[in-house]
Amino acid sequence: MTDIPAQSLLELRGITKRYGAFVANDAINLIINPGEIHAILGENGAGKSTLMKTIYGVHMPDEGQILWKGAEVRMESPGMARALGIGMVFQHFSLFETVTVAENISLTVPAPLADLEEKIRAKGDEFGLQVNPKALVHGLSVGERQRVEIIRSLLQDPALLILDEPTSVLPPSSVEQLFQTLRKLPERGVSILYISHKLDEIRALCHRATVLRMGKVAGTADPRTATSSELARLMIGRDIPHPVHPPSRADGEVRLLVQGLSQQNPDPYGVDLKDVSLEVRAGEIVGIAGVSGNGQSILTRLLSGEEVLSGAQADHIQMLGNPVGHLNAEHRRRIGLAFVPEDRLGRGTAPPMSLSENSLLTAHRSGMVKHGFISRQKRDVFTDTCIETMDVRTRGRHSLASSLSGGNLQKFIVGREMMLSPRVLIVSQPTWGIDVGAAAMVRQKLIDLRDQGTAILVISEELEELFEISDRLVVMFDGKISDPVNSRDTNAEEIGQMMIGHFGATRGEAA
Amino acid sequence: MTNTLIFILAGAFSTATPLLLAAMGELVAEKSGVINLSIEGMMALGAAIAFMIAYQSGSHALGFLGGGLASVALSLIFSTLVLVLNANQVASGLAVGILGLGLSAFLARSFESLTIISLEKLDIPILTALPLIGPVAFHQDVVVYLGLGLAVALASFMSKTRGGLILRVVGEDPHIAHSLGFKVLRTRFLAISFGAAMAGLAGAYASTVLTPLWSDGMIIGRGWIALALVVFGTWRVFRILLGAYMFGLALLADLAVQSLGIRIPSQLLTSAPYVMTIIVLTVVSKDALRIKLNAPISLGENYKPSK
Repeated sequence: MTDIPAQSLLELRGITKRYGAFVANDAINLIINPGEIHAILGENGAGKSTLMKTIYGVHMPDEGQILWKGAEVRMESPGMARALGIGMVFQHFSLFETVTVAENISLTVPAPLADLEEKIRAKGDEFGLQVNPKALVHGLSVGERQRVEIIRSLLQDPALLILDEPTSVLPPSSVEQLFQTLRKLPERGVSILYISHKLDEIRALCHRATVLRMGKVAGTADPRTATSSELARLMIGRDIPHPVHPPSRADGEVRLLVQGLSQQNPDPYGVDLKDVSLEVRAGEIVGIAGVSGNGQSILTRLLSGEEVLSGAQADHIQMLGNPVGHLNAEHRRRIGLAFVPEDRLGRGTAPPMSLSENSLLTAHRSGMVKHGFISRQKRDVFTDTCIETMDVRTRGRHSLASSLSGGNLQKFIVGREMMLSPRVLIVSQPTWGIDVGAAAMVRQKLIDLRDQGTAILVISEELEELFEISDRLVVMFDGKISDPVNSRDTNAEEIGQMMIGHFGATRGEAA
Repeated sequence: MTNTLIFILAGAFSTATPLLLAAMGELVAEKSGVINLSIEGMMALGAAIAFMIAYQSGSHALGFLGGGLASVALSLIFSTLVLVLNANQVASGLAVGILGLGLSAFLARSFESLTIISLEKLDIPILTALPLIGPVAFHQDVVVYLGLGLAVALASFMSKTRGGLILRVVGEDPHIAHSLGFKVLRTRFLAISFGAAMAGLAGAYASTVLTPLWSDGMIIGRGWIALALVVFGTWRVFRILLGAYMFGLALLADLAVQSLGIRIPSQLLTSAPYVMTIIVLTVVSKDALRIKLNAPISLGENYKPSK
């Protein structure tokens, strides 16, 4: 560091943070220059969030120095970080739902509401972050809420903006819009620290990347020139495994059949289902592609039994040849359905309960309950097995579901449902929030389960994932479902066309 | 007939006032995320102390002051339990409420059945002389007007000031409020204290103005009606005001019907406000979205600052 002219904005020297015996950050060095978008890349649990909290003053490091514009600082609180010019947008938003956008912002940027509304509009126009300052946050989409968070940070004129996995909460269609906003920031003197485990995003957006692995800096790279596999090797220390995906046997019996299903969406802003038909055979994986918000959530609720049809409509949904549309979730599970919902907390698990208790939630049928009494031993063995085979990073089966990170909880839920050896498995967003290495493992396990004869339906927004694991693909758009195409005979472009509603091209093809 | 009508319409302002005062206090406490079920006991203690002081000193103002302070003192126990010791809000509220009822009976036992003179009704030049509306709206005691004024002030505090905004967001999500640097426990302590003071004033009004006599158990469920009013008004001041007046009318229905010579069993009418409470709560609870947007989301959940 003998070159004085290009003074760094933020420099970390030997930052170490321990939790008991566990070293979350081990002698981290990091330099962020003015006007750069700097990526912090790493798997779940690599220490990214711990490092960001150190920078933002949420906690103090055990060792090491923080230099801000060349001068050493003790970052004692988020308030101090903000005063220096560091803003942060967390994964979990700090917004109150029952008050307006402007009122939310006024809590940290005190100003008369009318002035603030004007400023919010002005910032919005400048950076392409349109949001109505008078709207209640309650009615805003996740993408809009994120915009409010970013505007709030920008109104404090930060020199550095930290974004913690900002795309993990966004539908893919909003990601490009966010990137366009972020690319404008460096020209206006704002550096960005962009935390992510998504390689393609970092390559599309960032100027430099620091890769963390197991709490240490594994290396730095220029993501504009590095390939995804080079970055991945730095991140997980080996090549990304790709699932082995041999063609399925095509002669399995039809396990799940949906025919002519139409349903009005109880959510007034939701899409109605229109004449949906679909079949999933034993030993195959059928993928439903499509941008979220095209009826996937109502469809999964109807398939899982969270919403039931009237007796007269029961045969619109059939499992193993019997009408099940009128049966509730419990009944359907009893005849061999397992289900991974999109909503991990609240539907997939009971957040304030332990992992063992959450095993019991759906696995109680597999011998865990005798004469109404719970066999703790069976329950705990089941839970431990699930934690081990799915590589769930947790302190053990007693951990509360709410204490796990999103990706780890997802692994647990998918594992739990797969261990039930279901006849039909419905999985919504199987690898949502799971990092690259673990996602490949989850996909491989789904394929293995397929080979044991389970009929699997996967609903995902990640096209690449669907191509990796599914045998047949359908596309959902505006509450309708396309005819199936053989996923080995199509390509991303064709599916992409269907995702914006051009079903015609493929009508009548493979089935 | 007209006289009866005027009597009821005018009287409802008085019967509504203790309900309004207590409900506004509870509204503030609940908006901060604390449900205080000891309102009934706090009103009773406020009523007892206010009556004793007013009886001895002859001053209503001192009575109100004493009643309010006594109730705040009682609420310190509740605040300690709920904010410091993290005790369950429902159980703590019930326990402190029972204590308040017992204390009121014990402290004022030698005042049983004594009476004092009520506050006089104001005569406002010209306005009071107006036909019908004059005696109904412009011939009330000063506390009635103060109550109405307070409702206006409270509504604008809640919607227009930074303090009101902080109160609301602490009640919605204390964790986020804490992370943004607001003092959750202090906000809740102030809200509980305000609620207790209002309950004390409500009790003082009941025992020194509305029915200026002391008798054990004289609050007869009005604290509970005030609690129900908060839900009835979906945590909005002016709806609570309207509700208080409606319940004020219902409390008078018994007298009114008798004076009109209609023969309905009086027990049936006396129970009317309580039946009305149940019906209203059932109807209001159906509108989930309205409840969701106005009800304090963290209501009943304690907040423990993590260190």
